[in-house]
Amino acid sequence: MPQSATASTGNSKPRLSDELSNDRLLEWLRSMQLIREFETRTMQAYQQAKIGGFCHIYSGQEACAVGTIGSVNHDDPVVLAYRDHGHALARGMDPKACMAEMFGKLEGCAKGKGGSMHMFDKPNWLFGGHGIVGAQTPLGAGLAFAARYEWEVMNKGGKKVALCYLGDGAIDQGAFFEALNLAALYSIPVIYIIENNGYSMGTAIHRHSANSENLLARGEAFGIKSVKIDGLDILNVYDQFKPLVDECRDLQRPAFVDFKTYRYQGHSMSDPQKYRTKEEVDQFKEKDSIANLLGHLMNERDAINEDSWKAMRKEIQEEVREAVQFAENATDPDIEELYTDVYANPQPNLSPTAEYKHGAKNPLL
Amino acid sequence: MITADLHPASIENVPQPDFSKPLPPREGDRIIQFREALKEAMSHEMRQDERVFLIGEEVAEYNGAYKVSQGMLDEFGPKRIIDSPISENGFAGMCTGAAMYGLRPIVEFMSWSFSLVAADPILNNVPKMLYMSGGQWGCPIVFRGNDGAGGQLGSTHSWCVEGLFANVPGMKMAIPSNPYDAKGLLATAIADPDPVFFLESERMLGDKAHVPEEQYYIPFGQARVCREGDAVTLVSFGRPVNFCIEAAEKLAAEGIECDVLDMRTIRPLDIDSIIASVKKTNRVVVVDQSWPFAGISSEVITQICERCFDWLDHQPVRVNTEDVPTPYAKGLEYAYLPNPERIAEAVKNVVNA
Ligand SMILES: Cc1ncc(C[n+]2csc(CCOP(=O)(O)OP(=O)(O)O)c2C)c(N)n1
Ligand SMILES: [Mg+2]
Repeated sequence: MPQSATASTGNSKPRLSDELSNDRLLEWLRSMQLIREFETRTMQAYQQAKIGGFCHIYSGQEACAVGTIGSVNHDDPVVLAYRDHGHALARGMDPKACMAEMFGKLEGCAKGKGGSMHMFDKPNWLFGGHGIVGAQTPLGAGLAFAARYEWEVMNKGGKKVALCYLGDGAIDQGAFFEALNLAALYSIPVIYIIENNGYSMGTAIHRHSANSENLLARGEAFGIKSVKIDGLDILNVYDQFKPLVDECRDLQRPAFVDFKTYRYQGHSMSDPQKYRTKEEVDQFKEKDSIANLLGHLMNERDAINEDSWKAMRKEIQEEVREAVQFAENATDPDIEELYTDVYANPQPNLSPTAEYKHGAKNPLL
Repeated sequence: MITADLHPASIENVPQPDFSKPLPPREGDRIIQFREALKEAMSHEMRQDERVFLIGEEVAEYNGAYKVSQGMLDEFGPKRIIDSPISENGFAGMCTGAAMYGLRPIVEFMSWSFSLVAADPILNNVPKMLYMSGGQWGCPIVFRGNDGAGGQLGSTHSWCVEGLFANVPGMKMAIPSNPYDAKGLLATAIADPDPVFFLESERMLGDKAHVPEEQYYIPFGQARVCREGDAVTLVSFGRPVNFCIEAAEKLAAEGIECDVLDMRTIRPLDIDSIIASVKKTNRVVVVDQSWPFAGISSEVITQICERCFDWLDHQPVRVNTEDVPTPYAKGLEYAYLPNPERIAEAVKNVVNA
């Protein structure tokens, strides 16, 4: 059963996204294109063996990270899975720190200790990419729990909402069911965003999840407000997602989003993609979210033209090229970094092999 | 690249207790139970620091499955003393996120046996977060609950997790043997910015001893010498320390004097005190309530061999739980566990060799 692209087309009724300024939308366009370009260069660097390990490319899903992160505040906590470069950039991580991390350099966002699957950015409230499928879902509940606790028990700050991203493959994990139960039970303001790209590695959703046509039933089973969002059109993402964020923040309760999207590249850098056809991929590429927004900005808002779009792309290419250059030239972590960042309070005799120490300051701090 | 002024962000705002302050006397007549000592440590830290909260099955309205949190709901209310569903993976993971955000969760496992379903958050997330994030986020969290066999609970409910879990770098592990230490070690565990696995024993929760009213902090990585002797060094932690003391008392009547060390924490491990004692006695018996294969006793003995091999007059000996699943039958369970008879026999073999 091939996946099919069913992006909604222009709607003549007034939409919430009409309130978004041209500048804001241009920023989003830029952000999506930055991710697209960044991932292209990531693949190149991977093929040149500059990047190791597992590496998952976000191309195709940009409207999800940019549209959802664009609908929350900067200090709302965000946590996600291993396909995390896009969200990190959308959250404001410097592409240099992101690329340097994949190159395993000290100037990387995790000092070269995390890698592609583990992007952390404290100043941008990004609580990590997480490599174990589903592991981040209880963490997401915990971030929102803590934010609510801070507001309610400690009388500090305002109401927050946490975003927790997961793939369609992660919805089968027990941890996620437990997280949903806890989120509903304790009324925790976390929004679970299932980036439903139709595949868990090479297994199509109808082959890995029961009743996959109706994922919303899983959220609803816990009494959680559950919404399906067509994620190929970023304006539509905002139209549907922003009110949900406002509601969850206001009422301090969770939500569940079946976010329909598609990845253009293989699951990871080592995927021959025998499980889907080129036609299927092309069908989605025709509904590409970047082209979609560009078309809107050009034709309906007259906010960009061919020349300025070209200039924007060129600028982005340059920015990403610089990030790669930066990562190339960055520092290999000193071998002494092996025994740092293991304990916040290192004490003698924690290990028979060496004493733990404090290490180089994280470049993001 | 390493400079002293650079350090993980997570130790910000974590003033550590003043460990140079002398500890209050162990002797006195304020006799309370082990479980009350635990509660006092938690309640005191919760009064000091609003970020601290307690969550677990039956901790609130039921007042604790083993009555450790008796009365805490009344004092702190349901926002800070939180009943959880039977969902260890979920609530351990949730508290991991909460700890990253900046709270200081105390997570009670009714039994450490049940923590196995939470292996991913407690082993794969918590101890690695600081490292994986390049020093940006640690997890200041305490996991605590009953560890070990002893109440005829059978195989599934009798886990000693110390051997399994202490293998993971990034965590600390404390295992008190008496009420005084329980209070002082738990206070330190809650104040520490690193994840601490705190192992109690259901068999000891009713044990009574003098416990000072004030809050005090026992530093991690400092063994307590419970008894002095020159014939053999007896090293243990947790409940079997009491069996070692019992065995040592009987052996003393036969003229065999043992140095008995209560390690109090497994990570850090006060290997220096062990070495000092072994250099005096030249013989060592390690008593460990977990299984022998690749366990704590193996680790202690390896470190002894690495650091003072030449001082040994007899090969190091260990007394472990027998290497089988925990049996139910009372007699079998007793024989399975380290007990004073098995310890005394091991000591005699080592001394008389
Ligand atoms: C617990 C666990 N099992 C298996 C894996 C290996 N694995 C990594 S990603 C993945 C597929 C997940 O797909 P999905 O959740 O849909 O996310 P997507 O890759 O589509 O973004 C698998 C099987 C893992 N990382 N963790
Ligand atoms: Mg998927």
